[in-house]
Amino acid sequence: MAIKRKIDPFFWIAVFSTVTVIVFIIFPLTEMVLQPSVQDLKDAICDPDVLGSIGLSIYTSGMAALISFLIGTPFAYLLARKDFFGKKLVESIIELPIMIPHPVVGIAILGLAGKNHWLGQLMQQVGIQIMGTVTGIVTVLTFVGLPFYVNTVKAGFEAIPVRLENISRSLGASLSETFVRVTFRLAWRSMLVGIIMCSARAISEFGAVVIVAYHPMIAPVMIYERFTAYGIKYSQPVAVWLIVVSLLLFLLLRICSLPKENQT
Amino acid sequence: MIEIKDLFIKFPGFTLQDINLSIQDGEFFMLLGPTGAGKTLILEAIAGIVPITRGRIFVKGKEITRLPPEQRDTSIVYQDYALFPHLSVLKNITYGLRYHKNNPKASKKRVTQLMEQLGLQPLAQRSIHNLSGGEKQRTALARALAVNPSVLLLDEPLSALDPNFREDVRELLKKLHQEVETTFLMVTHDFAEAMFLGERMAVLNTGKIDQVGPVHDVFHKPATPFVAKFMGIKNVFHASFRNTKARVNNLELHLQSPSGENKHYVAIRPEDIIISRNGTFGNDMNAFQAKVMSISDQGPYYEVSAEAVNVIFRVMLSKNEFIKLEIQKGKHIHLSFRSSTIHVF
Repeated sequence: MAIKRKIDPFFWIAVFSTVTVIVFIIFPLTEMVLQPSVQDLKDAICDPDVLGSIGLSIYTSGMAALISFLIGTPFAYLLARKDFFGKKLVESIIELPIMIPHPVVGIAILGLAGKNHWLGQLMQQVGIQIMGTVTGIVTVLTFVGLPFYVNTVKAGFEAIPVRLENISRSLGASLSETFVRVTFRLAWRSMLVGIIMCSARAISEFGAVVIVAYHPMIAPVMIYERFTAYGIKYSQPVAVWLIVVSLLLFLLLRICSLPKENQT
Repeated sequence: MIEIKDLFIKFPGFTLQDINLSIQDGEFFMLLGPTGAGKTLILEAIAGIVPITRGRIFVKGKEITRLPPEQRDTSIVYQDYALFPHLSVLKNITYGLRYHKNNPKASKKRVTQLMEQLGLQPLAQRSIHNLSGGEKQRTALARALAVNPSVLLLDEPLSALDPNFREDVRELLKKLHQEVETTFLMVTHDFAEAMFLGERMAVLNTGKIDQVGPVHDVFHKPATPFVAKFMGIKNVFHASFRNTKARVNNLELHLQSPSGENKHYVAIRPEDIIISRNGTFGNDMNAFQAKVMSISDQGPYYEVSAEAVNVIFRVMLSKNEFIKLEIQKGKHIHLSFRSSTIHVF
């Protein structure tokens, strides 16, 4: 048996804080999940509108994560590997979507896509519509989710010793071959975590989406609509299903991203 | 042949300058210097990994200054091995082969031969996570040599190994160098390693080369006080000269031959100085009475500091001698050394 030592009061403060934080997060969520009856939940999931909105939420945030993966990966690599003039500024810019109030993001994007802006006119000519479309929702979700992807993957790249890339280059592989054969192979887990972070952020977005596209309705907008029109009882089952589906998806991705034994 | 002309690299807080080196084909060349002298930077400049500010680099007559690393025909082995963690031993070794397809049969034969030489055959399918330090080092060497590079750059390849292993790998490196046609350029801060492996060496001192030459020349005839101290010569004194005499403070030393012009220092190896009770005299001997100032136990031997006419000499003494001479702090002893052991520069 371990020898008992005197415990510093700070330890108890830390324990108290931990319990408080956990209860603060878990209690409202479990209460909400437990409050709707099984029949309410069943009714909600059989409602095609609810299914459609949850499906749309998953699809649009998945698309946002995919776009972030495609354009965010080379960008994160550059930030992780190169020092250049104005790097701090670029790093601050990528943080901006985290700080800006969400409705402001929606308004900013709508401002660009409107008829009064040259970009809006150009997009109209090629048939891209932002207001009230899935394209609009994906645009907004990419805007808010991208920083989470880039920051996560940048940290992942930084954790890979640059010497491995140097060795690969000196053995004859070009920069792109090195990226595919070494960097990507070692960083894919952090990319998967980046995708989880990005889509988690995207799936929870409401403020920006509601400005750009009230319809088609993503799940958070539907929850809001049901809450304002019919009250809390009617909105809860949809919220529960959104939580359940997202948790399942994230759990699955998280399991895939866990390192196997004997691997770093 | 590797030729480096007027290499200049500037980083915040560090400058590598006036680097001029010419290394023969097939040579085992050592770059020696303390930590932070810029040794690794020279290797990485040759490999094309760090950007250089000025200067030109040639390998086998071809200028490679502006070529990307993959076109330089140089391989690098780092101190921490830098093996690809997601690949097996064999896949690490064969990583570069697809970029050197000129003669696939010869490549395959070369890999088999290298793995045999380095004793890696039984480990081929192993994950690199399950290798010892020595095995990792051998894998890294095999991977670098598998692509048959013109130049093998070795960045302190022995310093991460524990001392027992180090001697084995040292022998192995020497043997490997004799068996392949590649030029070896190795960085180290250990002059014993340089003596054992190198044919010629350059000594670096804070971003500049202090001396280049055959290892024995540099060891026995250092050109600067820094090189002398780095080669383990602990008695380096500023001196004035007249004919065959050198004066250090008020101490007069007899030289074997006239010093020649533009000489400012004398150096005497601590192992060349003899301690005795009554002095050892002879025609070519310098002998003084001295007082023991301090004694330090260095494990296999003692280092004794003794003062003679305001000059402090450091002397290496075997444990046996130390006991026999009953050396004690404050005791008066005699120091003597042959004129031929005094190096003037």
